[in-house]
Amino acid sequence: MNIHEYQAKQLLARHGVAVPFEIPVQSLAEVRPAAEKILARGGAKVVVKSQIHAGGRGKGTFKSGFQGGVKVASSVAEAVGFAEKMLGNVLVTKQTGAEGRRVRTLLLAEAAKIKKEFYLAALLDRAMGRPLLMASTEGGMDIEEVAAKAPEKIFKEWIDPAVGVMPFQARKIAAALGLKGDLFNAAAKLVAGVFNTWWECDASLVELNPLAVAELPGGRETVLALDAKISLDDNALYRHKDIQEMRDLNEEAPLEIEAGKFNLNYIKLDGNIACLVNGAGLAMATMDIIKHYGGEPANFLDVGGGASQEQVAAAFKIILSDPHVKGILVNIFGGIMDCNVIASGIVAAVKETHLNLPLVVRLEGNNVVAGKKTLAGSGLKLVAGGSMADAAQKMVEAVGK
Amino acid sequence: MSILVKPDTKVLIQGITGSFGARHAQLSIDYGSRVVAGVTPGKGGQFFEHGGRRVPIFDTVADAVKQTGATASAIFVPAAFAADAILESVDAGLEIVVCITEGIPTRDMIRVKRAMAGNANTRLIGPNCPGIVTPGDGKDSHGGCRIGIAPGYIHKKGHVGVVSRSGTLTYEAVWQLTCRGAGQSTCVGIGGDPVPGMSHLDIIKLFNEDPDTHGIIMIGEIGGSAEEEAAGWIKTNCKKPVAGFIAGATAPPGRRMGHAGAIISGGKGTAAAKIAAFREAGVGVAATPSEMADTLLRMM
Repeated sequence: MNIHEYQAKQLLARHGVAVPFEIPVQSLAEVRPAAEKILARGGAKVVVKSQIHAGGRGKGTFKSGFQGGVKVASSVAEAVGFAEKMLGNVLVTKQTGAEGRRVRTLLLAEAAKIKKEFYLAALLDRAMGRPLLMASTEGGMDIEEVAAKAPEKIFKEWIDPAVGVMPFQARKIAAALGLKGDLFNAAAKLVAGVFNTWWECDASLVELNPLAVAELPGGRETVLALDAKISLDDNALYRHKDIQEMRDLNEEAPLEIEAGKFNLNYIKLDGNIACLVNGAGLAMATMDIIKHYGGEPANFLDVGGGASQEQVAAAFKIILSDPHVKGILVNIFGGIMDCNVIASGIVAAVKETHLNLPLVVRLEGNNVVAGKKTLAGSGLKLVAGGSMADAAQKMVEAVGK
Repeated sequence: MSILVKPDTKVLIQGITGSFGARHAQLSIDYGSRVVAGVTPGKGGQFFEHGGRRVPIFDTVADAVKQTGATASAIFVPAAFAADAILESVDAGLEIVVCITEGIPTRDMIRVKRAMAGNANTRLIGPNCPGIVTPGDGKDSHGGCRIGIAPGYIHKKGHVGVVSRSGTLTYEAVWQLTCRGAGQSTCVGIGGDPVPGMSHLDIIKLFNEDPDTHGIIMIGEIGGSAEEEAAGWIKTNCKKPVAGFIAGATAPPGRRMGHAGAIISGGKGTAAAKIAAFREAGVGVAATPSEMADTLLRMM
């Protein structure tokens, strides 16, 4: 699960990470008092930041033509003006796709004078099976680019999960960032806080980009998490009621939410051949083989190892809600589950949805003979696939016609 | 011969009284595997009955091992209790622990892995995996050792080793082999999680040393770098032909494709990179998942 920047900073602040003074708002009426409150602290400027689950907001464009999802205002009136252009409008960034995302929340923040920008992240090193803190002096940039072009500028510190982040490890990172004096100590505290956020919240990623040395209105310099991104481990959400409440359904595809209600794993893609498969690996492989034979998969859909008739019916409805779908490929390897039960589920779902698109079904496994008989005797217009290759070729051909 | 488990391996099942565990305990017994004990805290002293067999249930794994001599465990407990169950089996000194449970928090597995570091006695397979099968001599490979949830009957005793992160894709490969008359030495599903127990490489090293394994099918998917690591080793060390398939060439980056570990993040873990590593190592790459068995059999 992903959360918004303002929510990420709330979690970080709880673990002792310094963040700018900032106020999230959901309505235009809240903008003026929030901006006034921020400027009353002595600063000259307010940053108005669109809150969507996608990067590249600053360089994004609203569908209205308004440029920039992040703006710096020099007055309350200007902040309100920006907010009017952003709130309720659709922002398109390099990560949103052409459809963009509607901005429903703005984050108003005290503008800090940035002296230096860094990168800091906590994540899992899969090869080691251990947590990793990663820092770079190249802040505000795409870290993948830094990793590719200047890997020596990325500093890594692995954390022993038995003891957690030790203060000396946090100090090593503060030193690697070239900080001295009070800033060094502040950064070490912040680094420890970032790891503790990652660990305590069961995050899969905590990323500050940039982490900055900033000059506060009084002239004092400090280290601050200027921007923050947190992704969470879905498997651990059950033990974080507070984080569950941060879920924003507006940021998720409606069909994926619907699929989740039936314990189906569905991800919408751009093609026109829908697939319904049991097992994640086989589902990916089915997408791949459609593409191999010249088709384009419309989705990833894993109905799980023990799909019920109800789930198959729900899966068909979800697939058919995508208007781009021109054909459906069902690929079931029923190892333990009864292929005849699946076949009956397919027949019922096809009748219920009045399906009139090409349907190719490939069944294999337990009680497959009875399953194929059920399909053949159903009176439905469907094509039986032999192997995966055979089924995929028949599907691509049927849609191509 | 085989790797990790043999037809006479004594198996205990943690979570044998839950519906999922019970169903697969029955199927393992039907397959002819030696299920010697169940463990469900609070139900010690009871029996799990199936097909005329009475399997004793114990409160702790330690008790079950002491009383029955079990050397392998299958874990079917809910995700929230799985880390505890794994470490209980490690503590009891089991040689093989197979964790079927899906949905274990990554942080729990990081702690399990840390707790198991340096432990040379116990090997963990999974979590989020179909388990392991060493096919037997009987009809439809009956009499083999089945630990987990794989369908037993699709197997056939023989000389191909199969290792995979995906359950149904393993069955697909096994079935392709069996239909072509090529049997298997052992089939291992290592699971789809980001922090697994045994890796592709760990399993391939065992296959390489097993005189009864003559060829290997390695099935991977997007996410992580375990396939690349295995390929790097195979290139200079593996004495046997290896064929492979990588699922997820069409998966969009940044999305988790069903398995918690199947995600391309930060540009890493793409199918293209893994396939390139396979080719570089001389691993035969199946162009489609329909050709996994044929690709290997052509090399043998």
